[in-house]
Amino acid sequence: MRYLPHTREDIEQMLQVVGATDLDALFSSIPDDCLRKKEMNLPEPLTEWELNGHMDHLAAGMGASPACKVFMGAGSYNHYIPEITRQLLLRSEFFTAYTPYQPEISQGTLQTIFEYQTLVCRLLGMDVANASMYDGASGLAEALLMAIRVSHRKKVAVSRAVHPLYRKVVETYFAPTDYEVVELPVGVDGRTDFSGLKDLGELACVALQSPNFFGCIEDLESAGKAIHADKKTLFVTAFSEPLAYGLLKNPGVCGADIVCGEGQSFGIPQSFGGPGLGMFAARQPYVRAMPGRLVGKTVDRDGKTGFVLTLATREQHIRREKATSNICSNQGLCATASTMYMAAMGGTGIRELSRLNRDRAEYLKASLAGAGYASAFTAPTFNEFVVRFPEGFSDTWQALLKKKIVAGLHLAPWYPELSDCWLMCVTEAIDKNDIDGLVKEVTR
Amino acid sequence: MKEKMGTTGLIFNEPLLWEKGSPGRKGLSLPRRDVAEAPLDDALTGDGPDFPDLSELDVVRHFTRLSQWNFGVDSGMYPLGSCTMKYNPRTNERQASIPGFANAHPLLPPSLCQGALALMYDLQGYLAEITGLPAVTLQPAAGAHGELTGMLIFAAYHKHKGKVRTRVLIPDTAHGTNPASATLCGFTAVPVKSGADGVLRPESVAELMDEDTAGIMVTNPNTLGLFEKNIRQVAAIVHEKGGLIYCDGANMNAIMGIVNIGDIGVDVLHLNLHKTFSTPHGGGGPGAGPVCVTRQLEPFLPIPRVVKEGNSYRLDEDGPLSVGKVHAFFGNFGILLRACCYILSMGNHLKQASQYAVLNANYIKESLKGHYHLPYDQPCMHECVFTDKLQQEHHVATLDIAKRLMDHGFHPPTIYFPLVVSGAIMIEPTETESKETLDQFIDAMKQIAREARQCPDCLHESPQFPKVRRLDETAAARKPCLRG
Repeated sequence: MRYLPHTREDIEQMLQVVGATDLDALFSSIPDDCLRKKEMNLPEPLTEWELNGHMDHLAAGMGASPACKVFMGAGSYNHYIPEITRQLLLRSEFFTAYTPYQPEISQGTLQTIFEYQTLVCRLLGMDVANASMYDGASGLAEALLMAIRVSHRKKVAVSRAVHPLYRKVVETYFAPTDYEVVELPVGVDGRTDFSGLKDLGELACVALQSPNFFGCIEDLESAGKAIHADKKTLFVTAFSEPLAYGLLKNPGVCGADIVCGEGQSFGIPQSFGGPGLGMFAARQPYVRAMPGRLVGKTVDRDGKTGFVLTLATREQHIRREKATSNICSNQGLCATASTMYMAAMGGTGIRELSRLNRDRAEYLKASLAGAGYASAFTAPTFNEFVVRFPEGFSDTWQALLKKKIVAGLHLAPWYPELSDCWLMCVTEAIDKNDIDGLVKEVTR
Repeated sequence: MKEKMGTTGLIFNEPLLWEKGSPGRKGLSLPRRDVAEAPLDDALTGDGPDFPDLSELDVVRHFTRLSQWNFGVDSGMYPLGSCTMKYNPRTNERQASIPGFANAHPLLPPSLCQGALALMYDLQGYLAEITGLPAVTLQPAAGAHGELTGMLIFAAYHKHKGKVRTRVLIPDTAHGTNPASATLCGFTAVPVKSGADGVLRPESVAELMDEDTAGIMVTNPNTLGLFEKNIRQVAAIVHEKGGLIYCDGANMNAIMGIVNIGDIGVDVLHLNLHKTFSTPHGGGGPGAGPVCVTRQLEPFLPIPRVVKEGNSYRLDEDGPLSVGKVHAFFGNFGILLRACCYILSMGNHLKQASQYAVLNANYIKESLKGHYHLPYDQPCMHECVFTDKLQQEHHVATLDIAKRLMDHGFHPPTIYFPLVVSGAIMIEPTETESKETLDQFIDAMKQIAREARQCPDCLHESPQFPKVRRLDETAAARKPCLRG
């Protein structure tokens, strides 16, 4: 086996040093009744080229871009990944390293994460960001738990326009606790309706998503004012499309206290939904209540600048029973990818790209409206929006699959009241020709 | 090679990203603008983020230089105990980057994602075969996330049985995240002391186990690198009171093909795919932490689940007893894929991987015995634990030994863990290190033991060769500077 270096001679010499007669004798500390009786029944090992064939075969039937035109976002976005991001990420010193427990020989990872924290803060308008969470959904669950710790209150409100899968994960995290989640309704314009907020009692936090699941840009400024009418209630903003903040007012400017979301858009392949990148940031006073790792700047013995993991006492290392969260690993390599992406984009690039995403989505929206298919909501949107299609569109949608077009996501399973609605998405990876092609097909 | 591994090389300085660049530079080409600009309300429009503008070469050099300040498995031996830093096969990267997988949207209709579903279904089967626990979820995104899922299953199971239980027993030789995972699910973590031989005593468990206790979280092999040999008796005691056995499977690398976890009384087990199944750790993640359970607990696994009907696969959302979802989509599919490829290229050689991992650890243990204090002198599994007791009389501590190893060209072992051993040095060589490399490591460790006697200050002054020397972690925590 090519990954295992030992020759028969090596094994014999080593067994001699160890004082064992054979390899089985190495396991003498395991009682007989704990030893496995039957060999594992696994397939014969594949050679490298056999494995290539097997995987190519499995991948061949997948409906992936660029062969397939996917007008579907809903928390996973098809953006160009610059070749430098892909290649730099394969630098094996980044790639095959572990958590930087030994800072002197991990400065590459540590400085990159420090840069990541900084760029995420600048993107979201926040004071501190952690070194990443698993994904947008678990990030939201952790944000709500953090608000509960900070406010000492047990009820949280979450907008119904937050990604339904994120809300499902929140439900799972909250199930064994005595904390309560209440939902805020969606108004006719596609934005969260705050009119009933006052009747909900004492809230640890109110969580919105912007752009929300329907692609609508929430009015975060008014939301912040309404939420902060109670000074102890925290304003949590989630997102699934960070690229929007190349163009939109960021959550920090609008008064958010905790911001969390999915960073897959920034240089990370969609990869059937994972790994992604949970971005997580907050205001300075809450730093010690934050979950996850943090990297801080310091100096070495000679006064040279360097970076270390810091504030680790919040984690499991020191007071196991008192840890504020069980997060141990993070999405380090994905955070690294997004740092490379943000660096390659720059402020100028991200603004232009963000605008192009919106403009192409608006072009599709206008083209569909011109063909008689109106948007379901009136609020402004970013790169996805909800459109109503006449009865029978499901058949058209199915027929388009055969032509390698995925014409949006049907909302019926998620929102029964929107059973004639589809969530459409356009990124820079879809061009005008593709859009014209789709419009032609659906109006056929 | 006679010379030591570590040496000095040309190390470049490199500023922070925003200290580089010039406004207006671009590091990538943007797609052509082929549609008109759409107006947006000024009240919603922001200024855009204050990111530096860099050229493509600026970015390439920046991250290439940063990477050179890092030590990875590809740089040298990385015997970080309990982290299983084995070789990451390159072929797995090729497979993960096939466009059909890399560009796949997670909400594709089943007809367009059969390949991904088939891979997940197969992987579930392989993990069930390896562990002996028949039902598997691939959703948890990391080991600790798997622990959390396991504890959610504990909670859901007992609730279904009609009684909410409040406590979970956790041995002092279990992994560090276990108590926090239990606490997150509303349980009180109750510590259990291990016996003088470093393993759980059934009597200790019997004393603490009652009908308010949901079960026990055992790490097996434990963090001392020892097999919990009383696991069957422990399981009987816990089951007798209606509790469940959770096994933290982070150390599975020692027992593949040797122990059938399902047969020894375990009800729930998580695996760290990034450890045992060779996926790159990436500076701290992403990992993947599938959870395997008995048939009895299958209904509680997260949804959706991949099922096979005839020759096709689909996602089943139906699960009235399920704990729900723990990840927005299906978990870290890209990591699952790499682990599956590793299993496919190893087959039954996985057993050899475990045998060699254990051989390597015992070889190091026997070779360094006498040079370093060995608190539990008995056959170990895939890792062995020494202490700094013999070096203390020269005022040399575990930290100094670890830092000196860097100068010799090795990543230090895990230090000061497990907490039950004072000044612990926990070495896990893994099966992919050759005898020559192990011999070089052993030589380096012996030389450091000599230096501790002859020139303790050489150790206090180490490391000498990396880009920075010992860093002030106290100052970093006292006045945190977390962004530039």
